[in-house]
Amino acid sequence: MNLFRFFVAALFIPIAQAQVLAPDVLVKTITEEVVAILKQDKDIQAGDPKKVADLIDTKVVPHFNFTRMTRIAMARNWRSASPEQQKELTGEFKTLLVRTYSTAISNYRDQKIDYRPLRAKPEDTEVTVKSEVKQSGSSQPVSIDYEMEKTPNGWKVYDVKVGGVSLVTTYRDTFASEVRDHGVDGLIKSLAAKNRQGERAKSGKS
Amino acid sequence: MQKAKTLCLLFLAGTLSGCATSGGNPSDPLEPLNRAMFSFNDTVDDAVVRPVAKAYRAALPGIVRTGISNFFSNLEDVWISVNDVLQGKVQQGFEDFGRFLLNSTFGIGGIFDWASEVGLPKNNEDFGQTLGSWGIGTGAYLVLPILGPSTFRDGFGLLLDTQTDLVFRIDGVRVHNSLYLTRAISNRANLLDASSVIETAALDKYAFVREAWLQRRRNLVYDGNPPREKEEAEDDSR
Repeated sequence: MNLFRFFVAALFIPIAQAQVLAPDVLVKTITEEVVAILKQDKDIQAGDPKKVADLIDTKVVPHFNFTRMTRIAMARNWRSASPEQQKELTGEFKTLLVRTYSTAISNYRDQKIDYRPLRAKPEDTEVTVKSEVKQSGSSQPVSIDYEMEKTPNGWKVYDVKVGGVSLVTTYRDTFASEVRDHGVDGLIKSLAAKNRQGERAKSGKS
Repeated sequence: MQKAKTLCLLFLAGTLSGCATSGGNPSDPLEPLNRAMFSFNDTVDDAVVRPVAKAYRAALPGIVRTGISNFFSNLEDVWISVNDVLQGKVQQGFEDFGRFLLNSTFGIGGIFDWASEVGLPKNNEDFGQTLGSWGIGTGAYLVLPILGPSTFRDGFGLLLDTQTDLVFRIDGVRVHNSLYLTRAISNRANLLDASSVIETAALDKYAFVREAWLQRRRNLVYDGNPPREKEEAEDDSR
């Protein structure tokens, strides 16, 4: 199974690197691709967590800068962490964010997504791609903004804001108080515990 | 009225215990009190509100739920347009009142949201946001009983929002009580997906919700374009 994932990834990466897509085009292309798969795939609609996770791993994860996300969430505590701790933190935080994203995406029910025109100069290295999701059952559209940075490997997302709420900075208080009370290792431990708990919940359900 | 009294009492309690600060977030000096209220609300939500909202969502098809949600949303548009004007957004005020007229007539009492289709999108305004746009700070974070996250400013705004609530104007205690209840269930049902995401995401649900709420309100006060906070850039260095 992992071999399969490796091959899919191997196929995908050269294509992604061959052309540097404009940030708004990138977000739109990936979202449309993911949405198309969500609509087709019956296992995903039935809530198969593994399939959702695979989809996100191959299509979404390569376009995120998780190190930067972790650094922003850690704020001033990032520097007090050793390089190893930073690596561990990033790994655990990534797992948590990916699972959160999976939960959000498996709730997907024919929402309509509109993209606002990108306001950026060609030389900009940081841009915000704005989109709006219209949900059924609710009259108010929800804004989803992607904060993106230009890297040698194309544009990467380093924050997602849903209705103005940053997925990353929302963790700042929790991270800060955890580090204050139990140190960086304490934070790594509680992130890991949260991730294990999420895995158990998943396998228990299916 | 009862609700208003409860709120007043809470303000009083808030001011009195204002000096008993705890170590955490500066915008949440009442954290111990708020945490207690938060876990009370959570218990009520687990036991009653969420199960009812789930049943509601399971029982009614999406199109009916959208209609119900639209009906209540339409009644809000009048007060929203007043707040637009109070915030100096006169044109948006006319547009939102236009939404109300259009949806009340062609949208059959607001069940259909034609206004959004013809380019008059729904706006989110309330008196708390109006106060914010006048430069009034949020004050301390406050978790209200049942109603959930708020701040002193937004709690005060909510008092006025409640007084101007059109559902409140409908005659007959039983009619407006059942309308209140339906609206509450409909609103909670719209948040079911969001709350399942929070369960997955949060290490400390209380702190997560607090931070998300404060960011959300700030974003609404600035109509989706808040200035970048200084703190955001801090330690963002590579």
